[in-house]
Amino acid sequence: MKHIFTLLSLAISMSASVAHAHGYWVVPSSTVLSSPQFVTFDAAVSNDPFQFNHRPLVVDSLSIIAPDGSKVLPVNLMKGELRTVFDAKLEQKGTYRLEMLRSGFRANWKEGDKAKRFMGTAEALAKEVPDGAKELQVTETVNRLETFVTVGAPTTLKTTGKGLELVMSTHPNDLVAGEPVEFEFLVDGQPTEGIEVVMIRGQTRYRNNKEEQKYKTDKDGKISVTLPEAGLYWLDADFTDNNVSSKLAKERALAYVLTLEVLPQ
Amino acid sequence: MHKWVPALIPTLVAGVFANQAIAGEINLKVNIPQINTAEYHRPYVAIWIEKPDQSVEKNLAVWYSQKKATNGDEGTKWLKDLRQWWRKSGRDQFMPLDGVSGATRPVGEQTLNFTEGKEPLGTLPAGEYNLVVEAAREKGNREMIRIPFTWPVQKIDRAKGVGQQELGDVILELKP
Repeated sequence: MKHIFTLLSLAISMSASVAHAHGYWVVPSSTVLSSPQFVTFDAAVSNDPFQFNHRPLVVDSLSIIAPDGSKVLPVNLMKGELRTVFDAKLEQKGTYRLEMLRSGFRANWKEGDKAKRFMGTAEALAKEVPDGAKELQVTETVNRLETFVTVGAPTTLKTTGKGLELVMSTHPNDLVAGEPVEFEFLVDGQPTEGIEVVMIRGQTRYRNNKEEQKYKTDKDGKISVTLPEAGLYWLDADFTDNNVSSKLAKERALAYVLTLEVLPQ
Repeated sequence: MHKWVPALIPTLVAGVFANQAIAGEINLKVNIPQINTAEYHRPYVAIWIEKPDQSVEKNLAVWYSQKKATNGDEGTKWLKDLRQWWRKSGRDQFMPLDGVSGATRPVGEQTLNFTEGKEPLGTLPAGEYNLVVEAAREKGNREMIRIPFTWPVQKIDRAKGVGQQELGDVILELKP
């Protein structure tokens, strides 16, 4: 575990600005398959969805979960300068969930004029942050990244009741351009109002306006979305509450990141 | 041979008047709009004078990040996002451009004055031109505005371009 957090904090300290997080994403080579086969994945940290132009994504905490709940191990893992690449052989019928869960504590404080920063476990935080640190702010972070690939017919997806999660009225591997979809966001299993959601269609390099879509969940935790054009979409949902797991932190920052593929009519 | 001779005459005339301290002026007001977003970065902006064939006659200003990111990325890494400027001029330049390039500017009205005979405007052959302003913002959009004008300036003139996203009003004032 410690290893993961070390890498995570390294990845974050390497991004251009810490208060300003870059987006991150994993994109499968296919999301809909008619026979078992290999799928390859690209994973990176960048401002522009699905364009690798910044940093590779550290994928130590990533899992690929088969329709029967077993885990598939990625093969041919390669961490390049700009992207991470891996393959997975999808042999069962049904929907595979790729997920990356990262949680920990983020601390900012001042030593003299110098801004100090820490990311890691609650135990490590207690050791690293000096007693009586000035302007100390501690936030618990709970991040979930997902993407889905289906062999044959889509199968029902289950939520875990932990952190920020999404339930869609249409299966994520059954999206068609122009059809409305309802997204329900859950915080620890409960539909929650006021979650901020941003969606961007990929290939922003080829248009002048990114056409970013912004939503906020209603009292039932829902937003209604129409994805007018086929393509890959990047979704980022964020929410802050006070349900912390350790007294060290005052608030909890929850994030959910998803890659969706929408096919033409 | 025939082409440049008539084009030279106004320059020569301007040269005569230059002795009497009369020099054309281009005054620009470029508005950088306030954008409400969780993560705002000042836009990169390039301003240049374009010939009717859309080639670059003069670079007037290039604003880009002068900071080196903690991962070693230079601000020049994203200059190519000023796409038109990059392919027409930027890629052939060595940054920084003396008297032209500088740091990104904050939200609000940015005023620029250019005087004939002084760099970066220098001398401009008589003819039809466009003033071009291109802006691109990290995690934002890209926009370009063209304002046509004729040189040399006969009388005080004013033209406006209206931006939609990354640029507000761009006001071009010409003085003989």
